[in-house]
Amino acid sequence: MKKYDAIVIGAGHNGLTNAAYLAKAGLKVLVVERNAYIGGATVSRELYSDWKYSNCSYVCSLLRPEITRDLELPRHGLQVVPYGGGVTFMQNGDYFGSYSDHGRQYRELARHSVRDANAYERYSADVMKQTRLIRPFLLRTPPDPTSLKYRDLKELSVLGKAFLDMGEQGLAETLKFWTKSVADFLEEYFETDVIKANFAGTGTIGTALGVYSPGTAYILLHHYMGDVDGTIGAWGFARGGMGSVSEALAKSFQAFGGEIKCDADVDQVMVKNGVTQGVALKDGTEYYADVVVSNLDPKRTYLDIMDAADLPDDIVTKAKNFKIRGSSGKLNIALDGLPTFTAIPKSSPLMFGDMHFTDSLERLERAYDDWKDGTWSKDPYMDMLIPSLTDPTMAPPGKHMMTVFVQYAPPKIKGKDWTDEDRDGFAKSVIDQISDYSPDFKDLILHCEVRTPREIEGEVGLTEGNIFQGELTFDQLLFNRPFPGYAQYRGPVKGMYMCGSGTHPGGGVMAAPGANAAREILRDLKLKSTVPEGYADD
Amino acid sequence: MTDTKLDNAFDVILVGGGHNGLICATYLAKAGKKVLVLEARDAFGGAAATSEFSDGFSVSSCAQWLMQLSPQIQKDLALEKFGLTLAAKNLSTIALGEDASHIKILGDKLEGDSLSAEDKQQYKKFYKQILKFSKVLATAFSHRPPKLVEANFSDRITLLKLGLGLKLLGQDDMRDLMRIALINMYDIMEENFDNELVKAALSFDSVLGSHMGPRSPNTVFGFLYRRLGDVYGFVGPAVVKGGMGAVGDALAASAKAAGVTLRRNAKVVRILTDCYRATAVELADGESIKANIIVSNVDPKATFKQLVGYPNIETGMARNVHNIRMKGNTAKLHLALKGLPKFTGLAEKDLGNRLLIAPSMDYIERAFNHAKYGEYSSKPALDISIPSVHDDTLAPAGEQVLSAIVQFAPYDLKQGWSDQTKQAFKQLVIDRLEDFAPGIKNLIIDSELLTPKDIEQQYHLTGGHWHQGELSLDQIMMMRPFTGATQYATAIGGLYLCGAGSHPGGGVMGLAGKNAADEIIKRGSKA
Repeated sequence: MKKYDAIVIGAGHNGLTNAAYLAKAGLKVLVVERNAYIGGATVSRELYSDWKYSNCSYVCSLLRPEITRDLELPRHGLQVVPYGGGVTFMQNGDYFGSYSDHGRQYRELARHSVRDANAYERYSADVMKQTRLIRPFLLRTPPDPTSLKYRDLKELSVLGKAFLDMGEQGLAETLKFWTKSVADFLEEYFETDVIKANFAGTGTIGTALGVYSPGTAYILLHHYMGDVDGTIGAWGFARGGMGSVSEALAKSFQAFGGEIKCDADVDQVMVKNGVTQGVALKDGTEYYADVVVSNLDPKRTYLDIMDAADLPDDIVTKAKNFKIRGSSGKLNIALDGLPTFTAIPKSSPLMFGDMHFTDSLERLERAYDDWKDGTWSKDPYMDMLIPSLTDPTMAPPGKHMMTVFVQYAPPKIKGKDWTDEDRDGFAKSVIDQISDYSPDFKDLILHCEVRTPREIEGEVGLTEGNIFQGELTFDQLLFNRPFPGYAQYRGPVKGMYMCGSGTHPGGGVMAAPGANAAREILRDLKLKSTVPEGYADD
Repeated sequence: MTDTKLDNAFDVILVGGGHNGLICATYLAKAGKKVLVLEARDAFGGAAATSEFSDGFSVSSCAQWLMQLSPQIQKDLALEKFGLTLAAKNLSTIALGEDASHIKILGDKLEGDSLSAEDKQQYKKFYKQILKFSKVLATAFSHRPPKLVEANFSDRITLLKLGLGLKLLGQDDMRDLMRIALINMYDIMEENFDNELVKAALSFDSVLGSHMGPRSPNTVFGFLYRRLGDVYGFVGPAVVKGGMGAVGDALAASAKAAGVTLRRNAKVVRILTDCYRATAVELADGESIKANIIVSNVDPKATFKQLVGYPNIETGMARNVHNIRMKGNTAKLHLALKGLPKFTGLAEKDLGNRLLIAPSMDYIERAFNHAKYGEYSSKPALDISIPSVHDDTLAPAGEQVLSAIVQFAPYDLKQGWSDQTKQAFKQLVIDRLEDFAPGIKNLIIDSELLTPKDIEQQYHLTGGHWHQGELSLDQIMMMRPFTGATQYATAIGGLYLCGAGSHPGGGVMGLAGKNAADEIIKRGSKA
């Protein structure tokens, strides 16, 4: 029997971040991982010889820069390369391009509508205002508004002050922004369908909601609130695929003396008299520690690896009612060469960024209607990238790697589990859609990995295949994430904590939940914490 | 502004004699103001109206149930004395099942053979908690919406009351509220109940009159809003004798007794301003009338776009007005019937209740799907009233009228509302009725369908929206109708808003009118 100071269940990026901060504070930490490889949904996998697939998360921006610095991730091999470009292809053969150069972007907008080009300035400024408001709270523990404890009141006043500082008009705009749909929000600025559709897609990514669903405007921020090298809103590729993020985190953790065990599937968190004892693996091994941290989503944590008898009744109900819905799938494709898109020149810089094929809000919303009906979208929304254009390590010379995020794909098909035929049908609708815009695409495919919510759940362990460990709607944000009353990373049992994306501030390879949880654990242990709090840059 | 004594005949002019306008006028008159109400239509009451749509057949042509009128206003304005009579009250809601397994809802009680004991039990618990939340909402609704940043003393008192109300819920209920306040009705129903009809009936309540389906987030708010009626003492909806127009008549009578001057068929076409100050109103016939204070009962969009005019307001404000979401999604069906219809599996004595055709949540959601794309529902959801069961003044002896709220029928129909599309939709709605009440087609003497376009035209409601603006979380409290006009006063000096487009919104509740009057009285000569 071996005793640790802390055990982290799951070697996802948040689990590793959490473990690294705990180890940095001097604790003896063990990370147990079910899979043979670490990373959770932040991985680079060689599923086709000589190709690297970022087969879950595929781009990087939200990763908090303080964490990158603190844990010396660049020294451990992480390099994030920003990318530009991006395009939405239109059914009429035209396109709408995204450029990082301001003047070029203005001209592109004006090509579709001068009014929209002018509105874009207002739009950018308004979104940036919201971004600046939320960023300082990513690395803070949310207050409990129902508590009268000094710390909660203090945190609540920090939160309240930030909102009040927006001014009466600014505050109203903020509240509206948090409660309205991304479509309504965009309608206030733009008149052109393709421009609205180009921006709206990110308001529903990873979420089982449509662009007309209230609350989706906020999700837009998950696209804007990150940064690459200090450029807010920029996105980049982790060189060598997203696995480089978890590799760097793991190396940092190990440099602090941490230990990782793969192929270690946790059966149960051991609890005795309301106090956490450690974890028992499926193979019978037991590891003991006073602190157990779960990187798993709230449903898996409370309904799967914990015994209901050890938990208060309310938490089981809350976990059952927790909304974690599979809404997306993914295709990872090895290509024999660079595909041609008829709308744009062969070597257009637009291809370096996110490519979409949905040119109206109506098509986006109809894709969601399919999800509600329990089937994958016949005309899906896609976020497609060719990372090998920016990062040549992803594929052999002259060849390319393509990642296609696809929405929507329900966790079950008409109430039944996904079958292989369903999966193939889903893949076909995606490949056909791309082929409509790229005639040589089909012939270039060497290998294609198709991931429906079934595969994502099965391999990564995300319930229903939800990429954010829980819907990012307001009922599950801030002090409501994962459940009201449990938003401060502490579980209902002494010594048990949560550190996954199911906790504040949510998913997207941000590593903030892991860091925030470490701060709370070290606080309970009365140890000096080096976890950053708040935000210094803004 | 200094208290210059102008030789105006009136202190206050109310533009629009809807129920909120009349209520506002009466409170102002009681406070000693000389008030003039100008109504464009031939009758007072606005959307609380009765019209004879066919010879001898009258119906509440816009709002059909009385279920939220503030009891304080009823008392202050002595509406009973001025002729308001309820033909029936505390009516049950009956959700019609496709297999005739109907259920009945009244207050915290559920009845029906298909219901499990757990559902009945759970509903009691659920109703009790919802009512607790609605009571907090009622506190907020009886005051002007507090400003948060520029809060003055009275705003702080309101905030304190609200904070206290929340705190008194207790930690568990407060946490539940934090979670459900922004959630969708669909999930809440799934969490609480098994019976599909219960889920559907309750979720229909949450989307009535709005551009939302049960799966849309924020719909729980719509449900809490509906339950304000329960807080105000309406356990179920009530039917007004003589139709909803009688509410308008009683309010007008009360206003007159308080000394208000009332003019009908007096359409205001412009609110005249001078250097961002309202000075007078101009009528369709060219007459202009001056007053120190002008209160608009007209919806905020029409007020600023048509009456004041965008050139006379500042750009940011015009943009705010432009962005108010107010596109109606609800049609009204009126049928003149030879006799009482027979609904499958429903006893005749139950026909006077509120009948719903919304057999499942997915049914409502699918009906809503069409509305998103500018189509009318192929299978609409219906909220049906047969008021002639309770009130024999509405139809000739032995004959009946049926009135139904029909969802969804978008204001911006893709192919446009023409006689043809109207006829096609009406037929579709009647066919749907026939499915639940076989033989009803043969009883029809005459019929009328009002689309949001018709409602806009007849009741001067922009977008044909009942509530003068979508009642959703991004358009309530300090966001209703828009920043800078939330406390009834606007950036135009001397111009106030008092309609449903202001806090707390519509539903023949009357509080917007009352709160506006309170605000005008409080400001006194500073107005």
